[in-house]
Amino acid sequence: MALVRAGDWVVIALAVVVVVASFPFLWRGGPAERVVVRLDGHIVGEYPLTAKRRVDVAGPLGTTVVEVEPGRARVLSDPGPRQYCVKQGWLSRANAVAICAPNHVSVALVGRTPGYDSITF
Amino acid sequence: MIELKVTAADRRIARYSAAAIALTIAEAAIPTPLPGVKPGLANIIVLVVLAKHGWREAAWVSVLRVLAGSLLVGQFLAPGFFLGLTGATAALIVLALAEALPWKWFGTVTRSILAAFAHIGGQVLLARVWLVPHDGVYYLVPIFATFALVFGVINGLVAARLLAEESA
Repeated sequence: MALVRAGDWVVIALAVVVVVASFPFLWRGGPAERVVVRLDGHIVGEYPLTAKRRVDVAGPLGTTVVEVEPGRARVLSDPGPRQYCVKQGWLSRANAVAICAPNHVSVALVGRTPGYDSITF
Repeated sequence: MIELKVTAADRRIARYSAAAIALTIAEAAIPTPLPGVKPGLANIIVLVVLAKHGWREAAWVSVLRVLAGSLLVGQFLAPGFFLGLTGATAALIVLALAEALPWKWFGTVTRSILAAFAHIGGQVLLARVWLVPHDGVYYLVPIFATFALVFGVINGLVAARLLAEESA
């Protein structure tokens, strides 16, 4: 009798599907629902991730532009010298954060459940 | 003088259990990157017994190996013991249900995979309820599931090979 029988292949295939599916299902922070823009840690704006919009935040160095699209958000431009928050690109997962430290601006996505008790930067 | 009647099945169970316990101890020496990730080599013996002698004897071997194995490695009544016992119990329940699948089509590989998943499922649930009462445990499920799949397939193949060699 064969070592691996017909039904075994079916079970192996199903098991692979289950395992692969378990990664995105259990590892994402849940869908992001809103974007929170902060200046010096204080919320300057909170927007749903449903419609396109641009948000200008005036920080100590100049204006940080935040772009919001359905399901995602990013820092479009920032006066900071190293542009880390801009290079981070689109944020789409809950609890993702882009921080433009030189201009004191942060952009955070939040979902239904908070991923952290608190974040300090 | 009281004489216990020892049946052929008793001797078989004792012999298979001894082999399973030896594998458990050998496995305890293998370093593991993550607590709970183990090849589960003793399950090969359980699968062989299941295929040759049925679920009842396989259950005996499985439970005896958890009890005696934990005594020998000094884990008896430690958290790891309860995790192992829960995993083994869940696996036996699933194997009992899987008896409904015809052996003609579903060999030891199927049963090994199902038992491996039941094993981690039972352990994670107990860990969630008792040891780490936080949903964060579930973040480890994909990793455990990956290892369960890999070791489940390998153990099932080894068991199938052993059975094929015996019958040849």
